[in-house]
Amino acid sequence: MPEIDLGVTPLRELNGALHKLPKDTNETHWVIDNPAGGHAIAAGLDAPLTVEVNGPVGYYCAGMNKLATVQIRGSAGVGVAENMMSGFVHVSGDASQAAGATGRGGLLRIDGNASSRCGISMKGIDIVVKGSVGHMSAFMAQAGNLVVFGDAGDALGDSIYEARLFVRGGVKSLGADCIEKEMRDEHKAAVHDILTRAGINGQIDPSEFKRYGSARKLYNFNVDHAGDY
Amino acid sequence: MDATPITTPRKSATFDDYTLSEIRRAAASGIYDIRGGGAKRKVPNFDDLLFLGASMSRYPLEGYREKCSTDVWLGTRFAEKPIHLKIPVTIAGMSFGSLSAQAKESLGRGASKMGTSTTTGDGGMTEEERGHSSILVYQLLPSRYGMNPDDLRRADAIEVVIGQGAKPGGGGMLLGQKISDRVAHMRTLPKGIDQRSACRHPDWTGPDDLEIKIQELREITDWQKPIYIKVGASRPYYDTALAVKSGADVVVLDGMQGGTAATQEVFIEHIGLPLLSAIRPAVQALQDLGMHRKVQLIVSGGIRTGADVAKALALGADAVAIGTAALAAIGDNDPALEEEYRKLGTTAGAYDDWHEGKCPAGINTQNPELSVRLDPELGGRRLANYLAVLTLEAQTIARACGKSHVHNLEPEDLVALTVEAAAMAQVPLAGTQWVPGLTGA
Ligand SMILES: Cc1cc2nc3c(=O)[nH]c(=O)nc-3n(C[C@H](O)[C@H](O)[C@H](O)COP(=O)(O)O)c2cc1C
Repeated sequence: MPEIDLGVTPLRELNGALHKLPKDTNETHWVIDNPAGGHAIAAGLDAPLTVEVNGPVGYYCAGMNKLATVQIRGSAGVGVAENMMSGFVHVSGDASQAAGATGRGGLLRIDGNASSRCGISMKGIDIVVKGSVGHMSAFMAQAGNLVVFGDAGDALGDSIYEARLFVRGGVKSLGADCIEKEMRDEHKAAVHDILTRAGINGQIDPSEFKRYGSARKLYNFNVDHAGDY
Repeated sequence: MDATPITTPRKSATFDDYTLSEIRRAAASGIYDIRGGGAKRKVPNFDDLLFLGASMSRYPLEGYREKCSTDVWLGTRFAEKPIHLKIPVTIAGMSFGSLSAQAKESLGRGASKMGTSTTTGDGGMTEEERGHSSILVYQLLPSRYGMNPDDLRRADAIEVVIGQGAKPGGGGMLLGQKISDRVAHMRTLPKGIDQRSACRHPDWTGPDDLEIKIQELREITDWQKPIYIKVGASRPYYDTALAVKSGADVVVLDGMQGGTAATQEVFIEHIGLPLLSAIRPAVQALQDLGMHRKVQLIVSGGIRTGADVAKALALGADAVAIGTAALAAIGDNDPALEEEYRKLGTTAGAYDDWHEGKCPAGINTQNPELSVRLDPELGGRRLANYLAVLTLEAQTIARACGKSHVHNLEPEDLVALTVEAAAMAQVPLAGTQWVPGLTGA
């Protein structure tokens, strides 16, 4: 099991080594020590690896991840798992702004809180936040699911497309064209499935969540709705 | 008694026919006008500059015999694999979605034949385009439609789009008529809805963040690809300096004449600077930082002829990009289709309702019946011919000025025909020593 000390090994060398691993590599488990808030750690992975990062990371950790599992034992800076394609990214601490931004697949789990713009422009990723999310979360969210155990800040789901938002606590305000929707059995099943995949099933009953999504009034420009923008 | 003679009916210069028609249109619809293309009104441009050529004080080079090189290296600052273009003209980013797959393929074929690059756009990378473009630049836009690491890795360069000349500060716009199944799928959006994409990037704000974003892109692609930053011309000195600070290999500067697939008319005509006025400040920023020719400058917005290319290079650019002209070369707004343009209430040369998806030339459309009209092989050949002419013309001018490489053209080879152009391009008014703004009153 390779153990890399980022205090010694340059980031470029580490990421380069991770990128060179073939998909059927035997070296599937990596440990990274001393991340010290560095940026773009384990970005661009493309193999079924497990990468443990012991400590806080800076911007874009696990950016554009494919297939890999990245465990961050600490907090994450801006854009953790941005544009993730597949795989699993788990932050044990808090996450800064734009967590999971534009993500297209895979699962992002944040055990602490996520700051503003969590899931901005998300395109298919599933995000679970055990704490609360900040303002403008799921702005222009296109597809995927955002599950929040705590509260959501202002303008949740502003200009949302087809993503589904599940919030257990309070929502300070909803953004343009975002409305509360009925939580049907299929949605409870979806939340159950996401929590199971995130390894936190059984802690919370899916029926405690409220569902939010698009009113679809801004889908085709209508001058009578111009004031909603 | 004779009746008093009446004066000739006289229309207002302020409230001209076009303006009045726009007032009526606005009154009837309640919404601003959206269209494609670039600024249509006259703004100071390269027509107001002239080359001096060689005579007693400088030698010209023999046409056809003495070599005048045209190649360009891009991305030499940080990228392990910089790009080498054979000609100083590239194809600007135009999205699949606004353009048909056949149009994208035509652009790829034509550019590849001439040894230059094409660029994706706000809609991701298509196979047609990757397959037919020997050098392909992949855009990272605020919308991130279709963005994925595999395409990043198979691109030859990455262009972070901050803005476009037609709409500095504006987001993308693709209206429902053009969101076909394929376009919807690539963008992860429902079919047939209006797509108004963000104007700011989702995961960074400001140059300090951008520097980190670029570091991420370099890490993902193992520091191999050149990274461009594209800005609309608005504050070119500072934008260029900040692009350099953010770690760009190449700055792309797009003037207000630059085309767009669809934007509000008021945006196109009233926001941003004409290219002529933007090049010198951008070059000055590079020079002040000791980065001229180290960070390359590509300029675009209204480039039509080899003379325009030569003038842009003489002002300090390393290459130019073309959009509108490339579309015209493959058949956009061709008078041969006049009858069909008439049916759309317009005329060849004026058609700009590209967002409606009814383009008779099969270029600005997703309608399969229209897009099959464009033969990508023929389109590619026409584009290659046009690029060859631009290059020959630029070489002709460079040889006349005694230059063995088009990059040796310099501001000292130019004079201006108008006071405005002299001030904007910082070259003397023809027949004088006067550079308004520099040499005294
Ligand atoms: C049909 C069309 C689509 C365009 N789409 C994009 C785009 O997706 N991204 C972008 O950065 N610029 C886009 N542009 C702008 C061009 O990249 C370029 O800046 C401009 O066309 C240059 O000016 P010119 O048309 O006068 O040559 C588009 C332009 C046109 C005409």
